[in-house]
Amino acid sequence: MAAIWINQIVQGVLLGGLYAMFAMGLSLSIGVMQFVNIAHGDLIVLVSFLLLTLTSGLGLPPLLAAAITLPIAFVGGFLLQRLLLQRVLGKGVLPIILVTFGLSIIIQNGLLSAYGADTRKVAGGAIETATIPIGGGVNIGVLPFIIFLSAIVLIFALDRLLYHTRLGARIRAVSDDVATANLIGLKSARIYAVAMGVVGATIAISAAFMSVWTNFDPSSGPSRLLVAFEAVVLGGLGSLWGTLVGGVALGVAQAIGAQFDAAWQILAGHILFLVIFVIRPQGLFPRN
Amino acid sequence: MNASGTWLIAIGRLALILGAGVLAAAPFLFAPAQLQILTQFLSLLVIAIMWNLLAGYADIVSIGQHAFVGIGAYAFFAFAALAGVNPYLSLLLGGVTAFVFAVPIMLVIFRLRAAYLAVGSWVVAETLMLGAGKLSAFGGGSGVSVPISVVKAFGAQAAARYATIYWLAFALAALALVSTYLLMRSKVGIGLTAMRDNEEGAGSVGVNLIALRVLCFLWTAPFLGIAGGVITLQKLRVAPPASFSITDWTVYVIFIVVIGGIGSFEGPIIGAIVFFLIREYLAEIGLWHFILLGVLSIAVILVEPRGLWGLARRFVSDDLIPASFRPPRQPVMSARIASENAEAS
Repeated sequence: MAAIWINQIVQGVLLGGLYAMFAMGLSLSIGVMQFVNIAHGDLIVLVSFLLLTLTSGLGLPPLLAAAITLPIAFVGGFLLQRLLLQRVLGKGVLPIILVTFGLSIIIQNGLLSAYGADTRKVAGGAIETATIPIGGGVNIGVLPFIIFLSAIVLIFALDRLLYHTRLGARIRAVSDDVATANLIGLKSARIYAVAMGVVGATIAISAAFMSVWTNFDPSSGPSRLLVAFEAVVLGGLGSLWGTLVGGVALGVAQAIGAQFDAAWQILAGHILFLVIFVIRPQGLFPRN
Repeated sequence: MNASGTWLIAIGRLALILGAGVLAAAPFLFAPAQLQILTQFLSLLVIAIMWNLLAGYADIVSIGQHAFVGIGAYAFFAFAALAGVNPYLSLLLGGVTAFVFAVPIMLVIFRLRAAYLAVGSWVVAETLMLGAGKLSAFGGGSGVSVPISVVKAFGAQAAARYATIYWLAFALAALALVSTYLLMRSKVGIGLTAMRDNEEGAGSVGVNLIALRVLCFLWTAPFLGIAGGVITLQKLRVAPPASFSITDWTVYVIFIVVIGGIGSFEGPIIGAIVFFLIREYLAEIGLWHFILLGVLSIAVILVEPRGLWGLARRFVSDDLIPASFRPPRQPVMSARIASENAEAS
């Protein structure tokens, strides 16, 4: 009995790694551009479908497909910011929310008409079912474990990028005060676009892992957005390591909820979020 | 004010009055199928007016207002079908219930700043929808039909029932329009208009931004709740994904308001008409109508953020419905300045 619960909680922790990946891209885009990209989840699902086409349509191995989508997603993020989002930046939150909202609906229905409503998954090969027994009847899936480690590496890399590189300093400068940044000669539009390109890269990486580990369909985007948003807020806005803690908290809550009843899985995550948010609106690790 | 602009205003107001006249006589003019479409139109119009009040004026960009429609639907079912309360009274109690839920929901989501409030309100709506799926008295996740006895209370025959439901939707829409109009004409409306135009400025001249936000949020809840009951009478069923439908009560509503013109009294009305025209005539393009609406709303925000009405307003010299206060007209000012100049010299 205890082993079942421990198994569920371990699963939840590992699921939290995936949620943290969704969340760190969102966190970066919020921190840099001061808005919540409503289409964040839909972009993850869009890249997942791209991976599906590359693997099952063209027969490429999953790793190669992921390697191909990474630069595509970077350029996609860059262009999305440069050509669309930049035009509505600095005009208040309403236009940016409405534009990304419209984008979200376009992506969902575009995917629906291109791929149909079926639930999909990218075949990852033998790694999907491989497990490591850690004693006492508890098993860790190899793939979830790799995803969790990747999340940690990714957060570390993003943290280094933002706080220990020239590019990171520029991104933080334009996000703190765009007028002053422009005044000292920073090309803010370009820096925003590069930051969104980095967000695109995190989207590609999370999509690669998500599409192999979980099922998805064209309407999966909003649930990914909500869980990413919850992880960001729970962790404390702007805190990258906080998103990992937030993601793990949500993953564990969902895993425990699912143990009672499959239908409780998602609800348990939302309830945990609302309870912690009411008690601690600034999140667990608020920056500054 | 040029002559053509004045004419356009007159034509626009005439069209509005004619439209209202047709709607007021609709049960005598139209077949049940058309009447049902008009009922949907009026229900959606109510929700659009309320979303516009929040997003267009009070700076509360919510993506979770469908929660109140769902709460109203479930409350109507609870009172009318489970508790046996008079069905008409149950509709009103649906509005009261939505209001009661609005208070704690507001306390939670108002802790989030504007950009986060949108997704925060969505989380709350999602939680309530999933929670509604756990209520076994309401059929759990698959929902339950409204009992025949409750349905018959609105008319024994189908035709009479459609007319009754239409009148309910008509009364609700009229009440929503007139009361929101009066709200906009009151002192509150001045504050809201100031807030729409410049939030910081409004705050610095003494507009109580928080009080206005609270008022607007609580104002919309009962209307959405009653609309939920009226919608349930059309669908004859409560079910979590249908009663709390984000597509029907939030996505469409946002498109309606954005395309029609956010932050204007005319916007939701124009948007709802355009939306129903697109829906009726482009139904065969299926999913593409969503994509069309999405592209159209993004284009509107990029080209003319005040929507179709904002575009029309470039050629038309006045509001169709004078809901917002304006400073005294130019001639008055220049006349006074002229007289002051005359005195000075």
